[in-house]
Amino acid sequence: MTAQEVRLCGLLLQEHFGDVVENVGTHLIRNGVLTLRALAHETKLALDLVKKSLCVLVQHGMCTFGPGRRGPAGPVEYHINCEHILHMLRYPRYIYTAKSLYGDTGELIVEEILQRGQMTMSSTVKTVADRLTHNMPEGQSMDYNEVVSAFSRLVETHFLQRCPPMASAESSGTGSAETPPAVTQPSNPESHPDCYKLPYISLSGHGKRRRSSEDGEADQRAAKKAKTDSSECGDEGIHWQVNFERFHLHFRDQAIISAVSCKLDQTSGEIVRTMLRMSEVTTSANAAFTQALSANEIFRALPSNYNIARPILDQYLTLLVDDPMEFVGKAGDSGGGMFVVNLHRALANLARATLESVVQERFGSRSARIFRLLLRKRHLEQKQVEDFAMIPAKEAKEMLYTLLSENLVQLQEIPKTPDHAPSRTFYLYTVNQLPTARLLLQHCYKTVGNLIERRLYETKENKRLLEKSQRIEAILASLQATGAEATQLTEVEEMITAPERQQLESLRHHINKLDSSENQVDETIFLLESYINSTQASR
Amino acid sequence: MAGKGRGVAAFSFNIESLGLTRGSMPETQRGPAPLFPQIEYKPGPLKAGEDEDYMRALKQEMRGRMKDLPFNIKHHAGKGDVERYKEKYTREIKKLEDEDWTPDLKKSVKISTKDKEEVLNKLDELEKKGDVKSDEEDEVKKEKKEDDEEGEEAEIEGDYDEEFEEDNDYIASYFEDGDDFGGGSDDNMDEATY
Repeated sequence: MTAQEVRLCGLLLQEHFGDVVENVGTHLIRNGVLTLRALAHETKLALDLVKKSLCVLVQHGMCTFGPGRRGPAGPVEYHINCEHILHMLRYPRYIYTAKSLYGDTGELIVEEILQRGQMTMSSTVKTVADRLTHNMPEGQSMDYNEVVSAFSRLVETHFLQRCPPMASAESSGTGSAETPPAVTQPSNPESHPDCYKLPYISLSGHGKRRRSSEDGEADQRAAKKAKTDSSECGDEGIHWQVNFERFHLHFRDQAIISAVSCKLDQTSGEIVRTMLRMSEVTTSANAAFTQALSANEIFRALPSNYNIARPILDQYLTLLVDDPMEFVGKAGDSGGGMFVVNLHRALANLARATLESVVQERFGSRSARIFRLLLRKRHLEQKQVEDFAMIPAKEAKEMLYTLLSENLVQLQEIPKTPDHAPSRTFYLYTVNQLPTARLLLQHCYKTVGNLIERRLYETKENKRLLEKSQRIEAILASLQATGAEATQLTEVEEMITAPERQQLESLRHHINKLDSSENQVDETIFLLESYINSTQASR
Repeated sequence: MAGKGRGVAAFSFNIESLGLTRGSMPETQRGPAPLFPQIEYKPGPLKAGEDEDYMRALKQEMRGRMKDLPFNIKHHAGKGDVERYKEKYTREIKKLEDEDWTPDLKKSVKISTKDKEEVLNKLDELEKKGDVKSDEEDEVKKEKKEDDEEGEEAEIEGDYDEEFEEDNDYIASYFEDGDDFGGGSDDNMDEATY
């Protein structure tokens, strides 16, 4: 784990789970695997706090445990999963995607499961129904069946999956034969055969509207009664978690489609979307390209509101194949032409475009020209760079050295003589896409860390003011609830002076900006991470 | 050292091969670079739109809500203060979930390499996940939170008991534990509530 990743993970854990969990998590990240006692010793926290923190991390899938180095007889070791922690940055995007695909119900389901880490189907359904009912006008309530159907659709399209069963129950079976590894690999949820099987639950009813505290007594009684009911829903022990991989595939597809639409036109985007949709189930997660689809199939599968003629479709496909971005490739001629979407190449091109755009925005368009040149031509000498880029020597030199000092460009020495004499050595400038992408990814992590810290700083600076405004809002709310007069309300509102109001407004504006920036840097992070993972997978 | 005392900018190699001339060298650095250097190219504007606003609102809401969930573990507060009058109502209004949950350590699973015990263990776990017993006291509990907590408790219990997998037959001789390790094997362990 790099220093920036560790820092970012620490900040995210602190934001969502508090200081104690952050302490535990950071120590686990730094030290790799730890036993409970070692962890308690390192963090200097009370043992029960450490236990609780580990529970929280395990619940959210960010930490796994297994028999340690001494085998099943020794103490259990805990192993943290950094990627899961970094996914917390992307939670709003997951929830928003669920909303756009499955409506408000889907959105709330995914939100609840993300917040709780793992949930059973019945508890999710009840919670979501209650929340939806709360937002509906008086008298209406949400039926459980609708929520169940939304849940089922999410499971069928693999956005939700069952949590894998206890690792120890399996390892104690296999451990007797061979020596188990030092830390048991967490069982891949997909290796469980019932991963996407919905349990049969007997759940019917409506969402309950949350009453105000006057009905607390009645609620308490109802709550006690419900407690004894809930254990008979039939799906005990079957917990569901969000399938992040599936969401990532969806985001990747979205990125490809929007790139095609931007570069060519809307219709090409639709064609690529159709192709991706058709090959959703047949393509594995790490495939370099989708299954070959014939032009006939694509024509039949196009959405009905796109009335393009068959020859026009062929022209579009030819255009897509000839495009230098290489999103679509031709894999044969049967059936009117067999076409594939080149997933890995598309990701590589998108990453390359990101790198070029970063250089352009930071160093200007001429530096970007040099950068693009080096990406294409691989190795160039100083003089060649000046000639090809058509930039005067002095400025080209300066730009190259700036890029070199930022590590975006590397220098490769090729000696002519064995003694590496500088006067008799070729010095070539080069850009390697993969290491540069990694470098930029670390910069992105650092950026998000900085954004979070700045936001915390701003909040801390204005803490007094924020607390005051919160208290006044609470007073206003309670006054309104008990039906106060307008004069009293204005009197309370005036407790915040105008300059304070202005300060609050500008604070809110800054925090909004910082939050938006975090979300958008995360989009770049996703793209670069996908590219790096795809090149590693294909190795 | 080559060139020291003769001329400051004397190099051991022929600079022209790199395309440099004596006159074109940048000035030597005096001190560290400024903390906030001037940037020539201002960054572009943020994407603004409905989607971005919605995601930002989601993020902020989630942040606020996570602080109230029991996942947000706080340090042990000092025992001096009497519970303030307002605490009861603050908790209700902010819908704070129960902060005092403790993992159920009464039943622990012992791992062993013998087959019979494995099967028994598996059955134990399944059974434990089946009956959920929550043993905390709460003041005002809403139905929703109860269900969630039970889900949590069951899962945490199930997860958690796996941690105390010590086969005491093997390790009593050479692995000495402190008093507070392997607490799962003690019964009726009273966790102090804070």
